[in-house]
Amino acid sequence: MSLFNVFNVSGSAVSAQSQRLNVVASNLANADSVAGPDGQPYKARQVVFQTQLVGAEQSSAGVRVAQVIEDNAAPRRVHNPDHPLADEQGYVTMSNVNPVEEMVNMISASRSYQTNIDVMNTAKNLLQKTLQLGS
Amino acid sequence: MLDKLTQSLDFNATALLLRSERTRVLASNIANADTPNFKARDFDFKTALQQATGLTTAAGAPAASALAKTQQGHIAGGHDVGGTHPALLYRTPTQTALDANSVDLDTERAAFADNTVRYEASLRFINTQIRTLMTAINGQDR
Repeated sequence: MSLFNVFNVSGSAVSAQSQRLNVVASNLANADSVAGPDGQPYKARQVVFQTQLVGAEQSSAGVRVAQVIEDNAAPRRVHNPDHPLADEQGYVTMSNVNPVEEMVNMISASRSYQTNIDVMNTAKNLLQKTLQLGS
Repeated sequence: MLDKLTQSLDFNATALLLRSERTRVLASNIANADTPNFKARDFDFKTALQQATGLTTAAGAPAASALAKTQQGHIAGGHDVGGTHPALLYRTPTQTALDANSVDLDTERAAFADNTVRYEASLRFINTQIRTLMTAINGQDR
């Protein structure tokens, strides 16, 4: 019954989207952080989605997070000579997170999450109706 | 005898199987709405049902792309004709995306809703047929 596979497909998408949301949360939380534990400024992270076949069928294509990449954009430099981590010219190096991009990412992830939950709910209803067949 | 009793249900049962197959294909499209390079898939329900039920097209020709097997050991091409695994096609994109993804979420959601309603319609057909059979078996004593 292919309807059961819908849960695998949409479930993988929900899990991938929640991981994306997680990355967005960590990016936004670090938007104003100055230096990480390694002394380097925080670099924005992005998830890379990849199609993953669920089961033997070619038609059930789920999603997985293939990797999490670091954004190599130049870090933001702010002039603040009083800051303890300022360099000789008085600049503080901050993370390269772009809050606007992250907000857009967040809305997109949340919409996709909702859509996939809707799909699973519909599949559940259909399966329940199929179980009641003939009664 | 018994298979003759349930033969009338076979057509709608096949339709139901194909509908659930399509539900899964559309769910895959929706799941991959944000995946780079993913191409949306779908199949032509009419052709698939004709092939699955062994019916041919109106012109009388065998329904699309069935490869003839003229020798033993020839493998079936593309997809199993007469089975419930229809040939998947690629959807023509309406708007191009920068990440080469061809899923249009609005189209997919509309197709999904349409498919759901038709699945329920098939279910109702089967239910009615079962009720008719039960009436024939039990008589009108209730």
